[in-house]
Amino acid sequence: MTSSAGGFPRYAEGMGLWEHRGKVAVVGYGYSEIDRRWDGVSMDRTLGAFQLAAMQNAIEDAGLTAADIDGFMCSEAMAGDSWAQEDRGDPRPYFDPPYDSEDGLSLTSADWLIAGMAREGTPLSNLQYIDRNQLAIGQETGKAAQVVGDGQANVLLMTYNMGNVPGRYKLEEGDYSEGARKWSAPWGWMTSAMMQHAFVFMQYCTKYGGSHDDLAPFVLNQRRNGLLTPWGYYAQHEPYQITLEDYLTQRYICWPNGLLDSDRPVNHAFAMIFTTAERAKDMKQKPIYVLSHVQASHPTKSTMATLEDHEAFTDSLARRLYEGAGARPEDLDIFNPYDGFATFTQSYLEGFQWHGVKRGEAFDFYAGDIRVEGPHPFNSSGGNLGCGRTRTAMYTDSIEQLRGTAGARQVTVRAETAAMGQVTPGGNGHIFLSVHPQI
Amino acid sequence: MPKTIPVPDALDKPFWDAVNEKRLVLQFCTACEKLQYPIKADCVHCDVKGQLEWKEVEGKGHILETLVVHDTRVVRLKGDVPFNVAIISLDEDPDINFLANLPGTPVNEAPQGAAVEVVFEELEPGRFIHDWKVVE
Repeated sequence: MTSSAGGFPRYAEGMGLWEHRGKVAVVGYGYSEIDRRWDGVSMDRTLGAFQLAAMQNAIEDAGLTAADIDGFMCSEAMAGDSWAQEDRGDPRPYFDPPYDSEDGLSLTSADWLIAGMAREGTPLSNLQYIDRNQLAIGQETGKAAQVVGDGQANVLLMTYNMGNVPGRYKLEEGDYSEGARKWSAPWGWMTSAMMQHAFVFMQYCTKYGGSHDDLAPFVLNQRRNGLLTPWGYYAQHEPYQITLEDYLTQRYICWPNGLLDSDRPVNHAFAMIFTTAERAKDMKQKPIYVLSHVQASHPTKSTMATLEDHEAFTDSLARRLYEGAGARPEDLDIFNPYDGFATFTQSYLEGFQWHGVKRGEAFDFYAGDIRVEGPHPFNSSGGNLGCGRTRTAMYTDSIEQLRGTAGARQVTVRAETAAMGQVTPGGNGHIFLSVHPQI
Repeated sequence: MPKTIPVPDALDKPFWDAVNEKRLVLQFCTACEKLQYPIKADCVHCDVKGQLEWKEVEGKGHILETLVVHDTRVVRLKGDVPFNVAIISLDEDPDINFLANLPGTPVNEAPQGAAVEVVFEELEPGRFIHDWKVVE
């Protein structure tokens, strides 16, 4: 992993306090409606339409107009499943502009989004900074904070989406394997974090004891928190709680990873607005200050990363994020680590030592009271498992908890700081937020 | 199992040529003296470039853990579920790990920690792939 002292990405150990700690603030957020898939017909429910709505909602939440935005950031990289995916193969019809190509339907470019805002009467007419190449929201939020701290933008609108279209998700067809896939696909290794994390999870159980079923309290609580998230997929479309029996009898995809351990792809978009702490003082919303952000990108040294690797990665991640914020584990109130598969979230929980949880203690912690109204409201967002694979519930929840607007999910313990991130221990970005400009 | 067939490129052709001769040949960095697999352009262990050579290894290892695939996106293998996917550590360097289907071992019966040895399966005439089999 290369290092960078200052700037972005922030990979290095020993960087000390983030140079812009408390000088950047989150002042708005917005999200779209949510569907399991785009239906191929409804033009008001395309990924592009959803993303424009999320951006407009964020601007409104911040009490701004589109003309106030001078920075724009998005992730053009296809994060979900697009019809344009090369191996899908089946051609499809397009429509009248602006849907005369895939752009706007199941993926979105910066140009399409900016043109769409103008088309809808909310032109981003004062953009001075445009960044279209962020990988995913974990990295993107950190980059957004850094750009504002560095003075490249004063009011930055950041947006992210996850798409899903009809059919099986990312099939791997063909008789031959090329490139990196030749080292994995022949033995049935899928392009997914699922198998990597199932392997590390088994090493975890071997080392510390326990089994797959010890994840049940966590997964059930994620669904419960998701059902308390009004916009989430399950709250909107499948509003019922899963039971312990459901969990223990679930269909396995790749043992020990089952269907209920896996997030479900959805069609959804999100946006967030960052500005300087100075500008935030007089704005509509109470400022949520950014105290730190860090990223990680660890090459895999052989075919598979191991438990030892993941523990080292998440130890480093937590150490660097806390150091940048000038915080200790006991200072972190709200913690929304990633849960794309239930099998790896404990790596973050233990790495950050949230509520004193050390290596090997996650299963006992899960078996305790982790409900939002209890003493250890772990992952109060419900995450992807509770809200669908938006990757953004951990951000909306963290902001709402710190604003005190989380409704039925509002925790009863102190909620002045929050940390959240995405994606996996091997590659991710995390951010530390606070209602105060310093701890 | 009808494994997908690896397509060699210029970088890894020596590896696959050796597999076709039923030999396991890995990269070896003469700077940091570490083995490397999968095959890559540069050493993942150190910053020194251009020091990778080929080194034949014995092909003995142990099972770290075994997963069981019940549903797969790999279309060619859909008819073979459920099947084992084990992670094998190489005895000569336990930091090196391989994937294996453990031919001959029924699913849910793979003995954790068991000794394994490399085997070679012919996918097309003259084109082989390595797998790992539990040593009886």
